[in-house]
Formats: sequence, structure tokens, C-alpha cells
Amino acid sequence: MARIELRGISHTYAGGTPALKPLEMVWEDGGSYALLGPSGCGKTTLLNIISGLLRPTVGAVLIDGKDVTRAPPEERNIAQVFQFPVVYDTMTVFDNLAFPLRNRRVPEGEIRKRVEQIGELLEMSHQLGRRARGLSADELQKISLGRGLVRKDVAAILFDEPLTVIDPHAKWLLRRKLKQIHQATPVTLVYVTHDQVEALTLADRVVVMNEGSVVQQGSPEDLFERPAHTFVGHFIGSPGMNFLPCTVEEDAAVVGAHRVPLDANVCAKARVAKGPLVLGVRPEFLRRVEPESRGAIRTTVSHVEELGTHVIASASYSGGADEQDPKELKVKLPEGTKVRAGETLWLELPLSRTTLYADGQAVSGDAAVRAESHG
Amino acid sequence: MKQGIELDHVTRIVDGETYLSNITMTLEPGGFYVLLGRTRAGKTSLLRLLAGLDRPTTGTVKQGGVDVTRRAAGQRNVAMVYQQFVNYPSLTVFENIASPLRLRKTVSQEEIDRKVRDTAKKLRLDALLQRLPAELSGGQQQRTAMARALAKDAELLLLDEPLANLDYKLREEMRVEIRRLFQGRHDAVVVYATADPVEALLLGGNVIVIDEGRVIQRGATLDVYHTPATERVGEVFSDPQMNVLQVDVTDGAEKQIRFADEVQFPAPAHLKDLPASAYRLGIRANHVRLAQVAESDVRVPAHVEIAETSGSETLVHATHGKTTLTAQVEGVFRVAPGTKIDLYLDARRLFAFEPSGRLAAAPRMDHGTH
Amino acid sequence: MDKPINHRAWFLVTPVVAIVAFSAVIPLMTVVNYSVQDILGPDQRIFVGTDWFQKVLHDPELHGALLRQIVFSLAILAIQLPLGVGLALVLPREGWRSSLSLVLVSLPLLIPWNVVGTIWQVFGRGDIGLGGVALNALGIDYNYTANALHAWLTVVVMDVWHWTPLVALLAYAGLRAVPDAFYQAAKIDGASRWAIFRYIELPKLSGVLTIAVLLRFMDSFTIYTEPFVLTGGGPGNSTTFLSQYLATIAVGRFDLGPAAAFSLVYFLVILLFSYIFYTAMNSKGEAGK
Repeated sequence: MARIELRGISHTYAGGTPALKPLEMVWEDGGSYALLGPSGCGKTTLLNIISGLLRPTVGAVLIDGKDVTRAPPEERNIAQVFQFPVVYDTMTVFDNLAFPLRNRRVPEGEIRKRVEQIGELLEMSHQLGRRARGLSADELQKISLGRGLVRKDVAAILFDEPLTVIDPHAKWLLRRKLKQIHQATPVTLVYVTHDQVEALTLADRVVVMNEGSVVQQGSPEDLFERPAHTFVGHFIGSPGMNFLPCTVEEDAAVVGAHRVPLDANVCAKARVAKGPLVLGVRPEFLRRVEPESRGAIRTTVSHVEELGTHVIASASYSGGADEQDPKELKVKLPEGTKVRAGETLWLELPLSRTTLYADGQAVSGDAAVRAESHG
Repeated sequence: MKQGIELDHVTRIVDGETYLSNITMTLEPGGFYVLLGRTRAGKTSLLRLLAGLDRPTTGTVKQGGVDVTRRAAGQRNVAMVYQQFVNYPSLTVFENIASPLRLRKTVSQEEIDRKVRDTAKKLRLDALLQRLPAELSGGQQQRTAMARALAKDAELLLLDEPLANLDYKLREEMRVEIRRLFQGRHDAVVVYATADPVEALLLGGNVIVIDEGRVIQRGATLDVYHTPATERVGEVFSDPQMNVLQVDVTDGAEKQIRFADEVQFPAPAHLKDLPASAYRLGIRANHVRLAQVAESDVRVPAHVEIAETSGSETLVHATHGKTTLTAQVEGVFRVAPGTKIDLYLDARRLFAFEPSGRLAAAPRMDHGTH
Repeated sequence: MDKPINHRAWFLVTPVVAIVAFSAVIPLMTVVNYSVQDILGPDQRIFVGTDWFQKVLHDPELHGALLRQIVFSLAILAIQLPLGVGLALVLPREGWRSSLSLVLVSLPLLIPWNVVGTIWQVFGRGDIGLGGVALNALGIDYNYTANALHAWLTVVVMDVWHWTPLVALLAYAGLRAVPDAFYQAAKIDGASRWAIFRYIELPKLSGVLTIAVLLRFMDSFTIYTEPFVLTGGGPGNSTTFLSQYLATIAVGRFDLGPAAAFSLVYFLVILLFSYIFYTAMNSKGEAGK
């Protein structure tokens, strides 16, 4: 169990590329966290700083109050699982799991007990005697994971996109296994991924990163329902959030020829805000309504995707007063809905599910919410 | 190409292992085929065979009516895009895309220039033409590889899980582009291999389901999705995995279906004609709910094993006896492991499979939304 | 992978086949011819069957040369492999330092072999050679022309100097192929440097080491130029290895029959040992990969 603190961390690689902008973060004991973002956003850099494989150019890393910034990985009580399974294939599965303990001179009897315990947790008990070579990718990743779990002193396990090489089918099982393990052991889990589904299902708290900074942190629901930044709205959700450019009047946003009612406070703030204004609404929350309904916009279906469990319709609406400036949005419709390209669809943007963004930041009617990294 | 691609009893066995077994099918010109299968099912083997990189142990391959079984890849009219972004590292993006055209020798410099710029525009690479592959991001590299394949204007275009190495958001965007790019090529055949059922559904067209070297079903994507010929097709073509219940169908005043001694319910309309026997019923996760919606819903008491929420939906994994069922529900649903809950299965959506795996009955598709 | 046959390949190969036939196959056939005949004169040839083979295999001088050769090759393998791998482990992996050190390390490989022999010949001389003078100054009575042990040691050191860089370069390339993640994971697992070497680097080097062993064995077993230039095979015949002995029979004594017979035996011995090494390392490699 460990409380991991990052104070004023920033990092620039030799050669001048800034990888991480200054940030502060605290991870409590036993939680499960995900670092989510596209390639190059800095998540792997951050992970390596926590594990000690990388020393940050500025800032301090504290584990349980102790400054470990200068400490090498083996002194930090952390374990890391990499993207490609790292397994010592001249050894058996048992020896692989025992390796970290043997290096730390733990007595053999205890090693045996511990390895068997972990073997059972990973559902690999019957394979302990096998040579590690030739096992499938997910089994190899389980061994990598096991090497981290086997150490009693491990405070946190860090995962660097570990499901990348796994079959989509085996991913399910491995994710469930990870969640079960998290419930069974009090270890802090930090998970780096670019896959939002992985991040949201595995972690209790997700940190969304882009271009070296933290954009928003929160629970999966928070990020899904209340994205504080257009990037989060776009990145989370498949398909991502729709953004409709608009202007703002006293109590409504104006999209093309349509008025969408909004909270008056929000409108007031938006009018003094700088930067382009867009209305954000997720495809899941757009509702089909009767033509000419209040607050609805008129769209023409351009494309329909049948996905078995639901239907995604791409529809175009006009951004200008007349029919010029066509823009696209997507709407998720229930399974079996019959829509065809060319049809007219009136879609309502529900007030509680629509957010106004000024220059990428959400405009809120209450005390302004700033999307910066929280302590 | 008039006659498309014809495979006749194609088998490939290497060192005693069967990679492909008895594949016979015709791919029509203008068709977009998604080759769906788990890893090691034989997708790459089949693509390599179609490309001419490997030869079948037995069977013939015809392209455009001509037997090309013994022809090397270089002599077939085929282009291929790989999972790892494969580009000529010492050539600029422009030269990469131009490379197949330059090999043709009959194409003039202006033609090449025009074609390269057109193709680059379609794939949004026009600003990057002078860069080297090492200076591009993963997505840009893969687009360059695709542009090169497109510029070749081949009769047969093969894509082997081309998006697998890209970020998930990038994958979403590229899928739309792929569909856009390959629609309207009426004379070519496109085969796109993937292990992801959702990708197969998103790309549409036709699907060829392959498993252990055999083609286990083919047809229009939605047809195969809604009417899997065997339980295995249902398994491969479901994400999350399809729930399967071992049941007994008994005759009586009314046809009854009994599951695990505790759950018994009258057979829904589409299963009423099943002869009494043991069956395996399949139902996809999105038709298993946490509250009753229709009268015919079947209540199954269960213990929650784990709940995974992804913001927009939650997957609840629960067990009833030895059977694990997964319910896919909208929104966030938090529940502690071990909690007792009731799952409601939409009986109208049950697939019935015989013990051999063959489909005995599939849900009727004409009821509306719920 | 069975690729479809490309007939054009045959045309490209024909010139090479012709040259190899002319310069190797035909002479080889000539050797086989000579090995079963006694040639007394241009027109007098008697078929003697296996006589030459028997004579050669019972020759005590040959046995001596064979023994020396085996000891030499084993010593070479025992020294050069660990030394080369060790060298590869300490070479810098990237940047200008890497390029510079690779070039410096490869320099001995670029020197013509007879020049190598000459360099060490001069180096070891007690009057003008840096090495010889230094050793004598230290009180060691070093003389490779008179002392058989000194001659041996000089030849071995010369070969190590000459060929270890090859092993080092091969091992270096092999090490570069080890993904970073392995080193990182090992650090986290708390593995010692030795454990990292034993469980990560060595298994991943198995393919490269097989090649190194085969190359060094074959080259050292047929070594001729360097020791010949350095010691001429002396003092006496203490550094006369197999190929030199063979040359003495063939060219010195013009005893073509026995020489030819022995050449064939020599060839088969190398083939046999190479096969043994290859199989042994591959089966170990399979288990270790």
C-alpha cells in the first residue's frame, strides 16, 4: 500500500523535447488509476518517472512521504508490467515468479508458499512446472503480472499498455482477472493506456493526458458525463462527443437557424469568455423528437452504421443561417431503429447533457470549474 | 476484373500443421469482404495465399478467370497493407506512393505526379509528401502504406489488421476513411482481416468468418451477425462474448425450456417448433438486462462476480450455478461482488444451437426497438 | 516458407556456379583423384585405393600436428568467446562513442593476415620489438624463436588480438536486439548484473554465439598464414598446425598422394566437428530461446 505523490514534476528529454509539463498529483493507497491519452501525450514518461526508470528533470516523487526521486526502481517497492511480455524464458513459470524473491534472498519455503498463492490467483497453478517459453501472450503477461504481485513489499503495480499484444477475446478475461486481483490485494494500480474502454473499466479514477499535461481527472462517470475539456469529450466515448459551433444569446445557444435553450448563467459567462464557442453533446444523449420541437435541430441522415447492439447515424446539419456550411454529428440509436440515408431527423439536445465550451473549456453556471491537475 | 477471385478446395499444411483447410469461395468484383477470426485462425495465412506469397498445398486460386496458383506475388495484380506500417524507409512519402507506378514503366512522369497527389489528398497526406517515414506518426505511416496500395490500382487489395497498431481514437477515424476510400471501386476485390467483431460491423459489406483454418460462415455482415450458422460463429462474432446456457426443451401442454433445474419458462414463439432435446441457448450481452422489460423476459437469479463500467455502459458478470452470464446495460451501475441480483433475459432474442453447434433456431428480426 | 519458383534466379546463379566449379569443384575432384593414385610421372599412375589414407592416418607426425591443432582451437574458443562477449557488453550502445569504439575494435580485422603475422613477429623480438623488450625488461627471458611455450603463447595471443573483435561485433549486434523492456523489468525485479547476463542476455545471444563458435572453430582449425609468418612452425615443429603440415607434404615434399588423402580427411574432420558444434548449440538454443 502506498501513497504516491508527485510534486512539481516536469520532464524534458535530452534534445529539448518537452515531454511533461509541470504537474502535481497524489495517488492514494490501494486505488486503481489510469493514465489515458493518445500516443505522445506523456503517459509512459510519467509512468517511468514513478517507477524510477526515468529521473525527472524537475520535481520530486514521494512514496509514503519518503523522497524517492533519486532512488532506483528496485528500492521503490514498485513493480511494472510492460507492453510486451517480459519473461525469462530459460526458466520455468515457477522460477519466473520466484525470481524477484530469490534476488531479495527470501527463504525458499516462503517463496514456495507465495508463488503457489499467486499461481492460484492467476489461475496458472497447473502450469508452474512448465518452461515459460511457448506460452500464449496473455499467459506471459500474467506471469509478468505475477512477478509484481509475488513481492510482499510491493506498494504499487504500474502497467504500461499491457493488453496491447493480447487477442481481443483474451483481453476480456485478463481485464476481469485484473479487477479481481485488485479487489483481492490492497495494491495501488496505475495503468497506462490509449484505450478508453480499458481505462474506464479498470480504474476507479482516470487521468486524461494530452501533449504533456493533465487535462482532467475523475471517475469514469465524471469524465463521461461532465467532460471539462473538449479533448476529454472527444477522446472518451466511442464515437466521441459532438461539437457544434455556436453563438450565444441571453438564454440560448444558436446553432445555424436553431435555438437551443441553456442555463442563463452559463450564457452570461460564455458571452464574456474568449475563444470559439461550441456546444458539446454525446451521441448517446441526442434524442429523436418531433419536427420543430423546441430546442431541436434539423438534420439529414448521411450514413447509417448498424452495430448489432445499436445503430449510429451520421447526420448533417447546417451551421449557417440557411442551408450553407454543412456540419456533421453522430447520434446513437437503439438496436433495430430503421433510418435511412436522406431521411430528416430532428434531434434534441437535452439541457442536462449539453455543455457549452469556450476555447475548449467547459463553461459552468456555478463557480468556474478549471480543468487543471488537482492535488 | 470480371470474374473476381475463385478459391477451389484450397488447403495449406506446413510441417504437419493445417493452416487452411478446404476453402472454396468466390469473391465478386466490387466486393468489400471482412475476414473475421480470432488470432491464429488463419486470416494471415489466407491473405498471404491470396497475395501469392505462399502456395497452397492443394487447391487452386483463380484471379480474373486466370489460374494464378503457381504465380509469384510479383506477377499477380495485388496490393497489400500490413499491420506493421511498412514503407520504404529511405524514400519520401511521395516516392513511396509512386513506387508501384514507377515499376510499371508505361506511366509518364505527369501521370505519376497526378496520381500520387490525388491519392495523397484522399488520405490527407498532401502536406507530408516530402517527409521520410521515420518523421511521421504511426497513423501517418499507415496512411502512406495505404496510399501506396491504392495507387497501385490493383485488382485485389488485401489489408491485414492494418489498424491494430494504432491508438483507438485513430482507429475510429481511419475506419471511416477506409470505408470511404474503398466504396465505389467496382472492379476490385477488397479483403480486410480483423479479429474485432465491432470493426467487422462498422466496416459493413460482407463477412467471412474463419476459425481454425476453415471458413465457417460467409455472407452479408448483418445477416451473419443476426443468424450465425453455428455456435462458434456466434462466439467469434460477438463482443462482449455471447452468453451460452445449457438447457433442456421438453414437450407438454406447452413447450417448456428448463435451465439448470431452477429456471423454467415457456418457449418463445420462434423456439416453439424445436423438437424436445438438449440445446445450448445463446444470447448476446445487450439482451440481458437488470430489470424486466417484456412479458416474456426470463428471470435468472445470480450472484454478481464483477461489474465493469466504461462510462457509457456497464458490463455485469454474474454467475448462476456454474454458468457465467454477462449483461450489458447502459449507463453506470455500481454493484459489489457477491451481491444477489436478478438478470432478465429477453427470450425473444435467444439463439438455439444443437449440441453439435449447428443453429437450430434464430430470433426473428422483425420486432421493433425496445 | 515455400515461395513460388522464380526461374530467373537460375540465370543469376550460373556465373557463380561456373566460377565455383572452375576454382573449387574441379580442383576438389583432382584432389580426390590424386588421393587414390600413386603418381610416379606424368604418364605413370597406379591406382592404390586406400593406401595413402592408411599411410597418412598412421603418420606420427600427423598425429602430433592434429593434437596441437585441437589444443589450439579449444584454447582459442575458450578465450575468444567469453572475451568477445565481455567486450561487447562494455561497448557503448549509442552516440558517437559507440561508432568510434566499434571502429577501433574492428581495426585488427582489417589487417591482411600475413601482415598480422609480421606485426607480431617484430613485436615479440627481444631487440627491437616493443613487447619483447618490455618483457625482457621485466625480467622474463622471453624468446619465441627458441622457447616452445613462448611461441605457443605468442601465437595464441596473436590470434586472440586478431579475431576477438569478430566475436565482439557479432555479440554486440546480438545485444542490440534485446528489447529495453527486459532490462527495465530486470531492474525492477532486483536482478544482479550477473543474473541479467545469465537470464536475459545469454539466452538472447544463443543464435549469435552459434555463428561465432562455428566461424572461430573453422578458421582456427585451418589456420595457416599467421603462425607460419610468426614462427614458421617452430621452434622445431611445436607450432606446426595441421594446414602447415599438409602444405609441407604437398608442396615441400611434393608427395601429392598422401597430401591429397589427408586433405580429404581434414575436410571431413572439420565437417564433422562443425556439425557437432552446430547441433549441440542449436538444441541448447532451442531450450534457451
